Amino acid sequence: MYANALNNGSAPAVQFGIFTVGDVTTDPTNGETPSERDRIKAILAIALKAEEVGLDVFALGEHHNPPFVPSSPTTMLGYIAAKTEKLILSTATTLITTNDPVKISEDYSMLQHIADGRVDMTLGRGNTGPVYPWFGQDIRQGIPLAIEHYALLHRLLREDVVDWSGTFRTPLQGFTSTPRPLDGVPPFVWHGSIRSPEIAEQAAFYGDGFFANNIFWPKEHYMRLIGYYRQRFEHYGHGSADQAIVGLGGQAFMAKNSQDAVRAFRPYFDSAPVYGHGPSLEEFTEQTPLTVGSPQEVIDRYAGMREHFGDYQRQLFLMDHAGLPLKTVLEQLDILGEEVVPVLRKEFARNRPAHIPNGPTHESLVAARDAELAAAPGADAVLPIRQEA
Amino acid sequence: MTRSGRTIAVISAGLSQPSSTRLLADRLAQATERHLVERGFGVEVVTVELRDLARDVTNNLLTGFPSPTLSRAIDQVVGADAVIAVTPTFTTSYSGLFKSFMDILDPDSFAEMPVLIGATGGSPRHSLVLDYAMRPLFTYLHAVVAPTGVYAASEDWGSNPDDVKPLPDRIDRAGAEFAAYVERSDRAGRLVDPFAVHVPDGAGVGGFQAH
Repeated sequence: MYANALNNGSAPAVQFGIFTVGDVTTDPTNGETPSERDRIKAILAIALKAEEVGLDVFALGEHHNPPFVPSSPTTMLGYIAAKTEKLILSTATTLITTNDPVKISEDYSMLQHIADGRVDMTLGRGNTGPVYPWFGQDIRQGIPLAIEHYALLHRLLREDVVDWSGTFRTPLQGFTSTPRPLDGVPPFVWHGSIRSPEIAEQAAFYGDGFFANNIFWPKEHYMRLIGYYRQRFEHYGHGSADQAIVGLGGQAFMAKNSQDAVRAFRPYFDSAPVYGHGPSLEEFTEQTPLTVGSPQEVIDRYAGMREHFGDYQRQLFLMDHAGLPLKTVLEQLDILGEEVVPVLRKEFARNRPAHIPNGPTHESLVAARDAELAAAPGADAVLPIRQEA
Repeated sequence: MTRSGRTIAVISAGLSQPSSTRLLADRLAQATERHLVERGFGVEVVTVELRDLARDVTNNLLTGFPSPTLSRAIDQVVGADAVIAVTPTFTTSYSGLFKSFMDILDPDSFAEMPVLIGATGGSPRHSLVLDYAMRPLFTYLHAVVAPTGVYAASEDWGSNPDDVKPLPDRIDRAGAEFAAYVERSDRAGRLVDPFAVHVPDGAGVGGFQAH
């Protein structure tokens, strides 16, 4: 089965990395606000640092309103691709609702060639009301848009010539999305959602990955969402429930001494755009996966995630928001890459059953496709990853 | 399905301790319970004092998720067979705390919910808060609002009661009427969990079909 075929090669079983929303936020400790240029350059520096400290993935958000700067993810990821060797470039998230699926297909296939395959993407609906009308869409149609747009994107990445008509986009006759995906294998797709069973169903239907950002709400909520996705993944015949491809977000701030971490992070937490001026740092760290403390506390918290969610394939951390200065973020990445992730890799490998797929890479997807073709030459294989050609 | 028990959640949005809002809420719950017991039903009443949850409600507005304490309160309210909602009148409407609590609930969670509305105020001249503020809110949520709501002004509790329709009579009438709605409600017995896999084979959530 497809999920079984992903477990090959020397790629890490669990991919560790960082994801950023790319907010421009005033540093509450000194009142300084970085310019857009400074923030964009900082994001690029953070991505390069991720590779330097041995992380596997860098994922960039997409936003079309201040205070966020990353409106053009593939431009930034293209730069990072040229400056790195191993890092998988991903998104968190690519807006499947307001972007034209044709442009997503073109942009990410192009990036795939430039990055020698080190590309995947996480699709999301976005949650800022005005962005929908700015791009000619209606937020009340968020889920139908995500479903129809992805159905088209899925075909554009797999079929050389597409005839298509739907509700939300002008029809296509004889359209070829160029360039074709590298090696005839599309970028792996994760579907991100924080609350909608429909999106978990979509990920399961296609045998794609499901990414739960896991940072804003208690884990119990995400456990139900992921449990649902796993069961439906099995229902659609892509593998057993525990072979479904799961990614999780997370959030940490560390110092050698736990109290120093709390003291340093508290002003950023207290005025953070997402949760500031609400619950206390102590309440929020208790109720969500945010962990502020020593590297060992972060290791303990995240090593326990697989007990709640099952063995999974990708763990991303949010490290650079709320006005944290670049210098601090780079220090945090040193700790994450040198002290935390190596231990987590060992912890996650412990008792991990052999049939659990590794985090998908371009090489593993190509191998899975080749294995499928070798097993059933000439057959119209029912696989999420295939090329009609 | 017939069940001989009914659960009624009472939302009291009073801010002072003790509060006349809580007093009215308790009286409405007692009257409803009395009439249901007469009809042969066992009644469980759970009361949610919003004052005790005020910080948690604000935090939920900011973070998007409820604290464990608030989560239990929400589950009690949306999982009940019926709700009695009572608010003080502030600036011609329900209190901000009451509205904030309603704002954090899933918009679908009150569909078909029998609701008895009540309000308190310093003057009887605010009594239309029931029909200009409370009733439209619950109608928007697709709740079933009982025709009779009860408004209690300060004077209703003391020296200048309404001689023709005193507060106890109005409470009893509302309770009797509401009991009939509660009797017909079986909401608590058929709550649907959107994350439980209950879709039949071949039909998926969001229109997906099996291969």
